[in-house]
Amino acid sequence: MQPSPTPSPTPSRSNLAGWLYVSPLVLVLVPFFVAPILVVLAASFFATDGFGGLTPGFTLASYVEVLHSALTLKLYLATIKFTVLTWIFTLIIGFLVAYFLVFHVRNQLLAIGLFLLCTVPFWTSNIIRMISWIPLLGKEGLINQALLALGVIRQPLEVLLFSDLAVVIAYVHQLTIFMIVPIFNSMARIDKKLIEAAIDAGASRFDIMRLIVVPMSKSGIALGTIFVVSIVMGDFFVVKVMSGGGSASVVSAFYEDVGVLQYPTAAASAVLLTLVLVAIVSLILRTVDIRQEITR
Amino acid sequence: MKNDRGDIELAGVCKSFDGVTNVVDGVNLKIADGAYCCFIGPSGCGKTTILRMIAGHEDPTAGEIVIGGQNVVGLAPVQRRTAMMFQSYALFPHLTVRENIAFALRVRGMSKADRLRSADAMIEKVRLTQFADRLPAQLSGGQQQRVALARAAITEPRVLLLDEPLSALDEQLRVQMRQELRRMQQELGITFIHVTHTQLEAIALADLVVVMEQGRIKQAGPARDVYAHPHDRYVAEFMGGQNVLSGRVEKVNGASFTLAQAAPSGIEVPLQARPTVSIGDKVDIAVRRDDVALVRPGKELPLGCTTSLPSRVLAIEYQGYFVKVMLDTVPDDEFVAYVPEKTFFADPFTVGDVVMATWATGSALPLA
Repeated sequence: MQPSPTPSPTPSRSNLAGWLYVSPLVLVLVPFFVAPILVVLAASFFATDGFGGLTPGFTLASYVEVLHSALTLKLYLATIKFTVLTWIFTLIIGFLVAYFLVFHVRNQLLAIGLFLLCTVPFWTSNIIRMISWIPLLGKEGLINQALLALGVIRQPLEVLLFSDLAVVIAYVHQLTIFMIVPIFNSMARIDKKLIEAAIDAGASRFDIMRLIVVPMSKSGIALGTIFVVSIVMGDFFVVKVMSGGGSASVVSAFYEDVGVLQYPTAAASAVLLTLVLVAIVSLILRTVDIRQEITR
Repeated sequence: MKNDRGDIELAGVCKSFDGVTNVVDGVNLKIADGAYCCFIGPSGCGKTTILRMIAGHEDPTAGEIVIGGQNVVGLAPVQRRTAMMFQSYALFPHLTVRENIAFALRVRGMSKADRLRSADAMIEKVRLTQFADRLPAQLSGGQQQRVALARAAITEPRVLLLDEPLSALDEQLRVQMRQELRRMQQELGITFIHVTHTQLEAIALADLVVVMEQGRIKQAGPARDVYAHPHDRYVAEFMGGQNVLSGRVEKVNGASFTLAQAAPSGIEVPLQARPTVSIGDKVDIAVRRDDVALVRPGKELPLGCTTSLPSRVLAIEYQGYFVKVMLDTVPDDEFVAYVPEKTFFADPFTVGDVVMATWATGSALPLA
């Protein structure tokens, strides 16, 4: 080994530089992510006097209660139903929008413009976005009136608003953009020559979609899926508002728990949900090697 | 019913992308069935556009493209029975070598067993058997090129179109793959159309060399014709190996004419049927670099040489079997002599020496 002309920094100094690089992230993550999780984790093992008072200690009573409750399974099934439906619709719509933007809009400026158009719903708050469904889906809303006028139905459809359907519609409206962005990103990196080569080989549009575009957009689909699944499973507000209180989700249950001062059961539910989500995300990451796909 | 003829005729083919300028401007060409044809020209001359129009990835603005007697304008590549090998190959990165090669059969609905068997036969033909299960990114440039060739050839096209197939390879590999292309072409017995900007590649491979400039064909013919008998200054300079000189015709006498030049006696050039020259015309002539002999002043000229131009040696490059001697013979143009190594070293020159550049009169070629 030749001695290097300039002395390399001492290990402690290079360590310090490394810590400085990550310190902004650490400063954000520790108080706002790690600490709350630890608090919730600790609380889930505490005992309670039933009136909001916590007794520090270690008991699995809250977990036993949550896992023994028939309600828990019901809530998970309901949440998973919303998640799967939302995932299917956001995936189909998001994929098609991204496909259109990448492969059919020749003008790049137009593509960027249309892309920004997809973000328009986000210019208003979540609440307004949900309220604005009422004039459309309500009993005297546009859709019911149009269908009545056309004579398709005699009675206004009650199922449109304050129902599971309304919940899924609101989720899809809200979350499709989280599918579009990562899928658009991975599709945009597909060399257009590959599409031409596929056409040259005699592939139909459907073949190109099935054999080239979908497999090469896998990483985007996986990322979008992670966004959508974790947001839907962690949400209670949309379910509450759009179902008119008729449906509940896992989170809405422990929100209720907090309301009646049952902190340890709420914490145990939260920990359980986190574990379920971690399992789902790691399952997704197992099927698609995102790191490899992104560096490709 | 199946028409296997791969002869191609381009008739008045034009292509414009913006409606104003023609990238391809009225190209007429006949390519025989089973020929190896090279389109050559600088970038932007329209050679790739012609290839893409024959392949069916671009529609001509005007004109007809006839393959095997059938006008194919508007038909899909599959209906034309052409296949294209793309520049930088465009291999599907998520499919293995075998799947890449079997792709065209897969989308044609061939059963899995059949298409894998065909693909394996093709893989063997391009000697990639041991790499069949690898992804393209795990292959070297030369191997990727063979995959691309196999993928294009598996559909048994009647015309194979190659867009700068060797440009991504290093020099040594390029020569090797060049032979492989020629071997494949002979084995398949189909028409190959190859676009390149490398002169050596074109003349080494092609039965028919097509030299292009700004959307037009400058000269099309057998490699030797184009190299040894260029029509005009552009082709002579582009194909290389020629010195181009220009001057005014001083006198025309019987079988030859004299070009006024720096030389005291002018340059004597044999008359050809074409182009016709008369006194006062400005004419370009070409002299092959390997026809030029260098003689020290005062020495006798070799037999058959009537013209000798006094020159100074500007630079000398040793090239192995010959020595490249650059001279200031003509004021505006490059003038180079390729002197056989043994001749040169029998009486070597050095930079700055004054020599007489001469050539057998019969070897000077008037250009259009």
